[in-house]
Amino acid sequence: MSEPALTDDERAMLAGDRGPAARTAMRILLQVAAALDAPRFVEISAAHVDGCLYHGPAGLDFAERLAAEGAAVAVPTTLNVGALDLLHPGLVRTDPDTAAAARRLMELYEAMGCRPTWTCAPYQLPEARPGPGQQVAWAESNAIVFANSVLGARTERYGDFLDICAAITGRAPFVGLHTDEGRRAGLVLRLEGVPRRLLDEDACYPVLGHVVGREAGTRVPAIVGLPPGTSEDRLKALGAAAASSGAVAMFHAVGVTPEAPTLEAATGGRAVPEVAVTADVLRAAREELTTTDRTELAAVAVGTPHASAAELDRLARLLSGARVAVEFYVHTSRAVLREAERRGTARALAAAGVQVVTDTCTYLTPIIRNPDGAVMTDSAKWAWYAPGNLGVEVVFGSLEECVRSALLGRVWRDEGLWS
Amino acid sequence: MELTVGRTLVAGRAVGPALVLAEPLSLWGGLDPATGRVIDARHPQLGARVTGRVLVMPTGRGSSSSSSVLAEAIRAGTAPAAIVLGEPDAILVLGAVVARELYGRTCPVVAVDASALAGLPDARELEVEAGPDRAILRPASGPLGD
Repeated sequence: MSEPALTDDERAMLAGDRGPAARTAMRILLQVAAALDAPRFVEISAAHVDGCLYHGPAGLDFAERLAAEGAAVAVPTTLNVGALDLLHPGLVRTDPDTAAAARRLMELYEAMGCRPTWTCAPYQLPEARPGPGQQVAWAESNAIVFANSVLGARTERYGDFLDICAAITGRAPFVGLHTDEGRRAGLVLRLEGVPRRLLDEDACYPVLGHVVGREAGTRVPAIVGLPPGTSEDRLKALGAAAASSGAVAMFHAVGVTPEAPTLEAATGGRAVPEVAVTADVLRAAREELTTTDRTELAAVAVGTPHASAAELDRLARLLSGARVAVEFYVHTSRAVLREAERRGTARALAAAGVQVVTDTCTYLTPIIRNPDGAVMTDSAKWAWYAPGNLGVEVVFGSLEECVRSALLGRVWRDEGLWS
Repeated sequence: MELTVGRTLVAGRAVGPALVLAEPLSLWGGLDPATGRVIDARHPQLGARVTGRVLVMPTGRGSSSSSSVLAEAIRAGTAPAAIVLGEPDAILVLGAVVARELYGRTCPVVAVDASALAGLPDARELEVEAGPDRAILRPASGPLGD
């Protein structure tokens, strides 16, 4: 193991000059940096932490230890989802001991000075969006890929423990996506013969993301053929899917994302392998995201990652006053919910029988009451994780298909869209 | 097998029978820390128990929450004795480092070349000695060694 070079400040933290919590955090960071062969640390200006999601006693022990040592974050820090919906108590049906531990964990991170944003989409909060070239330490796979790809900020794949250590010290190991070299594309995915009408559908993007993750694995892919001006909501869905089926932490969309005005800019001029993505490939990927032929519909879950205000508006428009026949959940952040309340969208959703879930997500924690039958979602990420986490059968569909199915009370899909 | 030299990612010493995974495993969603068993339904070694084994896999995979799952398994006493990887993985290193900070228990993590990794036989009793300069893997003396 080779130790990274340390500044005077970093040595002082290791010596305990900034208190025991900063010493613990720096010691952990140093061991990880050494394992990664990092030459030095980089100063970060913001963090997004997902250690607040309860996985068991070890995560709680870690937060208790840091809090007991007087931990305080050194940079503006947002919090990812927890295991509870604190605004809608009673929605999460978990045993009292687990609920108490999950709540304690959320409180500990808030007490360290993190903002109680409780969202996997911190990039939807105007004051939490890092700018191009800004060095940050973000956790949560979809947020990481969005920060790197869409915002042009720089973060590696952080997660439990390391995220809060970076926030306390203001440091991250200078490797990978923090460096120019680490951000170059190592694979080209070229859309070939994908009809424009498919590219005009929201549902195309999570399906494409599923393919991107499958093909790219841990590499940075450059996608050629996306329409200029592809919306942030579509890029969000693409990235979240790619970070689920693969370990994609950054993608370039040539002519769309900030570091890829041209393919040459994305690859740094290097020759890299190229894979064609055809309409057939997308059709097959769409089918992979569905685990059942059943048409009995148990529930619908949309808004993974957390829905934007525009997505909530669109959901309300599609429902247009009708009432759903099954459990229907939409996940969003507190901040976006407040906006939806101001616009009247929240009231329209409630009148249609839609349950808004904040602070968490239905694939992470037991919320769905009746899992007998298919659960329908417009999220490739939800479709990827829910069968394992919840033991449910899932049908992937567009938001229109989800809404129409919910109104009918059975699975309805528009095959014409994909033919 | 002969002696294999690799890189120490987390220092320590351990002995146990190798469990060579055919595919990478995301510990989050893939390992139940309560039982130490593989629970990823898509993984070819579904149901295998990692507890006390020298877990050999080409790379880590998937969620960054795998750090928590490894730390939790170390806390619960269901973790592998050691982990041998084909390339360094910060997420697994972190889980082992934090568990040592919290509970004083060590799960050494080492990286070896892909060719050396391929030569590690499943079920063979291995000794892992991860020191500050380098890591050494050798067949352990015992009923399964030779």
